[in-house]
Order: sequence, then C-alpha cells, then structure tokens
Amino acid sequence: MSNKLSHQKADVRGLLGRKLGMTQAWTEDNRVVPVTVVAADTNVVTQIRTQPVDGYDAVQIGFGEIDGRKVTKPRAGHFAKAGTTPRRHVVEIRTDATSGFTLGQEITADVFAGGDIVDVSGTSKGKGFAGVMKRHGFHGVGASHGAHRNHRKPGSIGGCATPGRVFPGMRMAGRMGADTVTTQSLTIHSVDVEKGLILIKGAVPGPKGGLLVIRSSTKKSAKGADQ
Amino acid sequence: MTNAVDAVASQSLRDDIPTFRAGDTLKVHVRVVEGNRSRVQLFQGVCIKVQGSGVGRTFTVRKVSFGVGVERTFPLHTPVLEKIEVATRGDVRRAKLYYLRNLRGKAAKIKEKREI
Repeated sequence: MSNKLSHQKADVRGLLGRKLGMTQAWTEDNRVVPVTVVAADTNVVTQIRTQPVDGYDAVQIGFGEIDGRKVTKPRAGHFAKAGTTPRRHVVEIRTDATSGFTLGQEITADVFAGGDIVDVSGTSKGKGFAGVMKRHGFHGVGASHGAHRNHRKPGSIGGCATPGRVFPGMRMAGRMGADTVTTQSLTIHSVDVEKGLILIKGAVPGPKGGLLVIRSSTKKSAKGADQ
Repeated sequence: MTNAVDAVASQSLRDDIPTFRAGDTLKVHVRVVEGNRSRVQLFQGVCIKVQGSGVGRTFTVRKVSFGVGVERTFPLHTPVLEKIEVATRGDVRRAKLYYLRNLRGKAAKIKEKREI
C-alpha cells in the first residue's frame, strides 16, 4: 500500500476517444448495465516526454481525423516528425512507463480490457447563464407564505457596512457547464478492438461526439487485483 | 455515429421472441439461479404493457396469485428468459391495460381474440 501512488503512476495507460452515445448491455450474470459507447480508433503516439529532456515523463497522443490542408505548418511539422498523418486533438498522458512507447505507434482500444477501472475526462454540456439553484444547488426561497417573486433567488450575499463588500468567491448566478469534468472509477464493460469501440459502464461527461480522455484510474485498480 | 451505438445494442437483441401485445396471455419461462443450480420458473399472466424500443423494450405481465395481484416487468431481450409462449391472444382496445388493476374476478377477464 505504501508504494501505491508510485505504482499507479507507473502503469498509467490512456487514450482518446469520442463519445458516441449510450445504450444497455447484459453482464454474464444477466444483469442490465447502462453503457457508454466510445470510439477510440486512430490514436497515435506523437511525442514522448522524458525526465532528462522535458523534466517530466509523459506520452503525447494524437487522435481524430483532420484534413491535412487545415493543419498549421508548425503542427504539420510536429506530426511529420512522429511519422504520422495529422490528428485533430493532441493530449499528454502522464506516465512513468514511457519506454514502452515509440514515436508513431498506433494505440488501439485493447490497452484496456473488460473489468479495468478508468477515469474519464470530458467537457461537460454547456448550460448557459444559470441561476444559483441550478448552478450551486441553493435551496431558493419559500414557495408560499407571501413570498413575492423571489422563489429562486440566492438571498443574502453578505453583511452591510461591515465588511462593506462582497467576499471574493461568493457563489452567484453565471455561466455553467462547458467545464472539464472527470468521472472517476468507471468500469470498462467490454472492448471491441476490431471496431475500435470501448464500452464504459455508466455515464461520462459531455455531449455525443465530445472528446474524452480515458486514463487508468488513480483511485482503484482492476477488480480482482490487489486493492 | 448512432449507427455504432445501434450496432452495439443489436448484439444483445434476441430473435427468438414471438410477437405479442397487451391483452395476450403469456407463459414466461424465467431462469432462476439458486446458489450454483439454475432452474426454470413459469410466470403466467396477462401482458398489460409493452413499452420502449430496441434493446430497452420491456413488457409487464400481471397475474392474480392467491387473491393478490402480482406484476412482473421483464426486459424483452434479457437472457434470463428461457422462452416466451403466447397462450392466448386477447381482444382489447388499449395498449396499456392499467384498468385491470381495479377489476376483480370475472370483470378482469379478457375476451379471447377471434381469428378470422
């Protein structure tokens, strides 16, 4: 347990995917599981970060098709250096096990298998300008007892002459959603390597078609393994 | 995009399900696992509801057991079902037969459909 953190960082695996939508499937003991279908094809290693050169260890992964004419010259050169066609998205995954990767190496969905525990990051759906009840879970004001047009208002936001100002960080209405959200400790239901699909048990952040980063879990390892 | 999702869902679709609708009397053979032994249990009653589409389609069977109404909702494509038999076709004018819950005895009987 003492070297859990270092051990976990060592074999972090990750790739990029696109959320296709949700459906349901059955487990071996005939229980229904809600699954998110993620397309995780066209992943490729574009750069390897190492401690002596970059000060940290990571693998840079490119994902998604893009028209070659739309790629800027510096980016095109970066992909040419890795010996791959250009990709739409580039993300770095921090891992100690950089020696297992080579430039231009294709990463397929089989880095994960059914039963693996993963963290999934994505950009949540934008909610627009939202009030405090939706945005921060405030309870609002009473529905009756003479309450007049303040049912969803925040109420007091602070004192009067002392302190004479609103404290920074006071939770108020504003833009909600479109944030980077990570859902931790999701289980991989199954992997279809041929079609490049990963089925993840449960929901993941973002709209259909949204970009997802799937990493090995920071909190848990696969079921059956030692804690 | 949704085609890939449909393709995933279609893997768990069953093609051995007979067509039936609300009002039909069904014999549902359910696999029951007891410890490491599994057996088949029969649940017979009137189908009062079929709802949903694709892999998420479900149906509800109602029977009166020892004077107590019992309803079970099954996913249509669940592997738990050994088989579904249609005992009789019912002659009903509704897609959802919730009104049967308020009826007892002879009033709750559904006329059998006459095949023409």
